[in-house]
Amino acid sequence: MLDLAKSRWHPIAAAHDLPLRHVFHGQLLGREFAVWRADDGYVNIWENRCLHRGVRLSIGINDGRELKCQYHGWRYSNRTAGCTYIPAHPADAPARTITNRTFAAVERYGLVWSAEEPQGEVPEVAGFAEGELLALRAIPVNAPADVVAARLTGYRFQPSGYIDGSAAKVAVEASNAFSVALRSSEADASTLAVFFVQPVDSNRSVIRGVLDGEVEGAARLAVLRHHNELLSRLRVAVEAEAAREPAPAPLEPIIERVSPELAEMPEETTHGRKATIRVQVARKWPAADGIAGFELRPIKGLLPTFQPGAHIDVHLPNGLIRQYSITNGPGESDSYVIGVKLERDSKGGSTCLHETVREGDVLAISEPRNNFPLRRDALQTLFIAGGIGITPLLAMAQALNNQSLNHELHYFAQNEAQLAFPEKTSTLGASLKPHLGLTPEQTGAQLREILSGYGPDKHVYLCGPGPMLEAARSIAAEMGWPETAVHFEYFKNTNVIDDSTSFEVALARSCMTLTVPAGKTILEVMRDAGIDMPSSCEQGACGTCLATVIEGEPDHQDVYLNDAERKSGTKIMTCVSRAKSARLVLDL
Amino acid sequence: MTETRCKDQVILDLWHPLAALSEVPAGVVVGTILLEERLSLASDGTGKVAVWRSRRDLPVDGPVDITAVEGTLPVKLAYGYVWTSLGNPPADIFPIPEYAEADRRKLNAATFGVNVSAPRAIENFLDMGHFPYVHTDILGAEPHTEVKEYDVEISVDRDEILATRCRFFQPMASTTSDGGADVDYIYRVPHPYCSVLYKSSPMDETRLDVIAVFLQPVDQEHVRAHMLLCVLDEDNEDKVIKRFQQTIFGQDKPILENQFPKRLPLDPRAETPIRADKSAIAYRRWLSQKGVTYGVIPAAT
Repeated sequence: MLDLAKSRWHPIAAAHDLPLRHVFHGQLLGREFAVWRADDGYVNIWENRCLHRGVRLSIGINDGRELKCQYHGWRYSNRTAGCTYIPAHPADAPARTITNRTFAAVERYGLVWSAEEPQGEVPEVAGFAEGELLALRAIPVNAPADVVAARLTGYRFQPSGYIDGSAAKVAVEASNAFSVALRSSEADASTLAVFFVQPVDSNRSVIRGVLDGEVEGAARLAVLRHHNELLSRLRVAVEAEAAREPAPAPLEPIIERVSPELAEMPEETTHGRKATIRVQVARKWPAADGIAGFELRPIKGLLPTFQPGAHIDVHLPNGLIRQYSITNGPGESDSYVIGVKLERDSKGGSTCLHETVREGDVLAISEPRNNFPLRRDALQTLFIAGGIGITPLLAMAQALNNQSLNHELHYFAQNEAQLAFPEKTSTLGASLKPHLGLTPEQTGAQLREILSGYGPDKHVYLCGPGPMLEAARSIAAEMGWPETAVHFEYFKNTNVIDDSTSFEVALARSCMTLTVPAGKTILEVMRDAGIDMPSSCEQGACGTCLATVIEGEPDHQDVYLNDAERKSGTKIMTCVSRAKSARLVLDL
Repeated sequence: MTETRCKDQVILDLWHPLAALSEVPAGVVVGTILLEERLSLASDGTGKVAVWRSRRDLPVDGPVDITAVEGTLPVKLAYGYVWTSLGNPPADIFPIPEYAEADRRKLNAATFGVNVSAPRAIENFLDMGHFPYVHTDILGAEPHTEVKEYDVEISVDRDEILATRCRFFQPMASTTSDGGADVDYIYRVPHPYCSVLYKSSPMDETRLDVIAVFLQPVDQEHVRAHMLLCVLDEDNEDKVIKRFQQTIFGQDKPILENQFPKRLPLDPRAETPIRADKSAIAYRRWLSQKGVTYGVIPAAT
């Protein structure tokens, strides 16, 4: 019978057992559950053990969105039960998904229902109107469920509307091994009561009674007391009956094994991108529509000096590494502030920062690197930002503003709500020039106006989406801006990388010749040979892995170098670019 | 040979602690349980101790002359505790050389009953990652949650696990410290149910305090944990030093008692390790290799 019970829905808690931020310890057929309601109302029913060291999650902390294990602070997400954070390894958590076992959850009749392998739906009770029911206090009984259910068919009670009477007629409307429906009638009062018997274990049950009709105030108390008394008496009788039989052996639920991948201790990450600094998310806030601001404070000591335009690598709890520009103004050295746009086609980086990373979390970050340096010897500096491209330019504009150097910050965005970090941009006064809601054509026209009138010692800095940068760069070229005056930073490299070639790389200073086969990058081959080469985005956008070419013809595939630099043939981004010649000699 | 409830010969042949010698009264029977067997012990007040299987004619709390007790079990007095064995124990108990250093304070910080298997308790003792969460503001504090890379080896000549180069940030490393610092640790597991840790002494930076946990397996899911302190501390009263360790232990107890299953699963796919658990992984493998079955859920073969 209990085998069959696995496929049935059973109540495992009353809805009122899950108040705000509580974790309820439930049990069904010998299996323990951690049951908790998130702030969005979702009811989670999980295997009651942390996958790390088996500690019960029912003693964990429900923070409204995640459940935190008490032992090592592992956090599991509402709904998915996926582990989102392992505090012992804030730097280089493995990109693997540790997910706890979840069980179906349905709320009905004031009860929370679950099942190990549910088939069909939660039982439908004719005559029960949701919201007009009274759930009785749960009565635990040390007896098998079928014994309890059988005894319940003989349960006698007064209808709620005639609680003081004593002559009610009670009829059994339906019954099976796990529930009994009874109707009590006296005079013109009639109450339908359904008693669901939750099989907690082979010899333990909980009676969960539900009555139809709403009762309020003192009458409600009287009804509750009436059933409490009668059910308590029934419990004594059932337990005495059950005690006459030898107790069945407790059920032993099967705990699923974790996947072989999760059973392995992950290796220390070997990607070569170092994250030597530990920071804590001191503040996370909506910096604009779709953009989250993060203030990162060092756990100890001081943060390294940064220059305007610098970025950091952020090593995320899900194992991904992402680059973000530091937005700080000069002298704001107690923390780094970054802005993260939630990307619609996020591969997990921005989603993780938006949805998982929280205030108080520890993150590992790299030292700041500046591959987008700002000249401060210009007569006039123009900054042109598109959307989240504001971040490096914001740091630059604040630096020039602080020195009273002539500059303008043109900030293109869809609307006012998308302008990020208003508290920072507002300090720029009239040099901030927002351009809102422009079509691509209007943007082109606006860029033409901004870039008209090139003169010596004028510089422009561009950061924004690829198409906007292409447009701005070509307009600038058209309007006579030399390449040396046009500085840009792409978010990402959208070029399709061709890595099918094979060639030799000679490292002049290391006296080493390496073969780069198809499918591997120069950077990877150098790392395999033990050369410690810094890198960051590893997609040809940030400029960190730049090397000097002494001999040979590079095959540029990056978006970091400008056309003049490409033509000169003296620089190469080792993470994506390759060789057109059979051999490249690098100054390394 | 007497039939024993425990069938694990590896465990039966070990020395097991029963009580702190200083807490065994002279001439009075003390009752305890080891591996599900009722045992009695008593001292004669001059440093001699006898251990025997409990008998009706020598009731607990009753008087006894230990020289007259027949059929006693092997006894070893070591590190301030009474040890016995239900099998064929080795000649010696594992060494803790520091115990012989004259300037150390040596005391039984506590004997705590815990409803968990001995191996789960050993893993807890080896674990640093829980410091900020379980021993908040004492042995660890958020956001200093990182377990840095450390080394683990199974020492072949000594047949013990050794974890070295362990470091963890502690806001208050012991009773004598008054600020936060990275503390160095060395962990040894020289016995399936015993572990010894060495940590930076706040009193003398060239030396290490020694704290050991000796677990008395009452049954597969219950232990009595005996906690030995062997520390450099000339200032604090015993009760202050003990209270500190008892606080720590009292914080671990509810966590340990909520681990499921209570016996340590040796199947690698039972739980999910991270790199911080290196020493625990080595410990589980070591138990498997030894063929230990008591207090564990052996991996299916």
